[in-house]
Amino acid sequence: MLTLEVGTPLTIGLILGTVIGVAAMLIWVERRLLGFWQERLGPNRVGPLGLFQVVADMIKIFTKEDWVPPFADRFSFVLAPAIIMVAVLMSFAVIPFGPNIGIVDSNIGILFVLAMASLGAYSVMLGGLSSDNKYALLGSLRAAAQMVSYEVFMGISLLGVVALSGSFNLRVIVEAQQDGMWYVLPQFIGFVIFLIAGVAESHRLPFDIPEAEQEICAGYHTEYSGMKFGMFFVGEYLGLVLISSLITVLFFGGWDGPAFLPPVFWFAMKAGAFICFFILLRAAIPRPRYDQLMSYGWLFLLPLSLINLLVTGAIILSTQG
Amino acid sequence: MTLLFYLAASVAVISTVCVILQSNIVHALIYLILSLLAVAVVFYVLGAPFAAVLEAIVYAGAIMVLFLFVIMMLNLGQHSRDQERAWLQPKMWLAPAIMAAILLFQFVNVMLGTTEPLSGSAVGVLEVSALLFGPYVLAVELASILLLAGLVAAYHLAKK
Repeated sequence: MLTLEVGTPLTIGLILGTVIGVAAMLIWVERRLLGFWQERLGPNRVGPLGLFQVVADMIKIFTKEDWVPPFADRFSFVLAPAIIMVAVLMSFAVIPFGPNIGIVDSNIGILFVLAMASLGAYSVMLGGLSSDNKYALLGSLRAAAQMVSYEVFMGISLLGVVALSGSFNLRVIVEAQQDGMWYVLPQFIGFVIFLIAGVAESHRLPFDIPEAEQEICAGYHTEYSGMKFGMFFVGEYLGLVLISSLITVLFFGGWDGPAFLPPVFWFAMKAGAFICFFILLRAAIPRPRYDQLMSYGWLFLLPLSLINLLVTGAIILSTQG
Repeated sequence: MTLLFYLAASVAVISTVCVILQSNIVHALIYLILSLLAVAVVFYVLGAPFAAVLEAIVYAGAIMVLFLFVIMMLNLGQHSRDQERAWLQPKMWLAPAIMAAILLFQFVNVMLGTTEPLSGSAVGVLEVSALLFGPYVLAVELASILLLAGLVAAYHLAKK
């Protein structure tokens, strides 16, 4: 029962705790890294290197007044922040963190992640709709269009990996990469499309158009405060961790690495590198306009991902004879 | 597994009833999503994981998002809620109740006749794909051409 195998209560508890802990720490990591890249200090007052900033933020967010506006639709207003946390945390269930670490080895792993990603869209839509606020409504309209569109390319860009490994099971995909090469080489276009779609799915900067504060206040979570806002906030960081873990598993060999370090360490290193890359993206790239985002997706990414799938399929068929 | 089946099935039935009884359209939609997810669990328990996850992606994840998207645009308020409530008068229930009773009768009749156990064999992704791209490839191609035609037509109407 208390062994480190796939699906034991100890493993599940450790994964849940680590994932949420990392997501909360990212609040501090992001601000420090942004400060570093912009040649300023960032939060460095609370504790060593400002490490306890997270604790201070958590105390603040838990003790703030949890206000539901009287004009809001209470049922969906309360439901919305819970959906994003549940949907993202459920996705972690199928991710293999190491040879014997994971929650479940499902044969529909990738499809399950895609299903949870599409359910996550309800969080921002319901949040904006129930707030009864024009900025929130505009934000959730943008979010709905953006997430539904980028889900399409996200799914298609993964099909090349599925075709190469012959399975939807994420653990089988990692093991297939250990025998051959990491899929980032044969599926480079798929990797780039998945990266872009991943940023759009978790609506991180530069694709944070649903919550662009210069245009529409804070978008869909304008009316939220206290821990309900905190769940949107942490949900976004959880989405960041999820996308980084998925890229690691699908394109960079998961826990695969030289044997002098434990496999989980390699996984954490790769995922951490991608998290830092996403934070760098935020510091480096300005936000596109809403219509630019949509036309870029449908007119450029969709044909590109279809061509990528077609060429991959043709090469697989011709080499198998 | 049997317990999970009955749990998911009763969630599906109860939430579907809630869809009909709700006068707030957004709440009705949330119940409909819950019902679809419960049906997905039923599929999974019965040994069709691929159908289950497609139900979640296509119905709960894509089609219902479009429904919600349209509702956002419509500016429905107290007015539509009152109208819905007016439609839920007792005399409105008569004809649907008779039809539902006929269906229930047939359903019970069929269920009493069958003696097969609850769960058959599991059908994974590979088996479904082999069937879709084997004997049924013509039907798949025809359906995709139909979808393409619908897409082009919708694009044309939107351009007008």
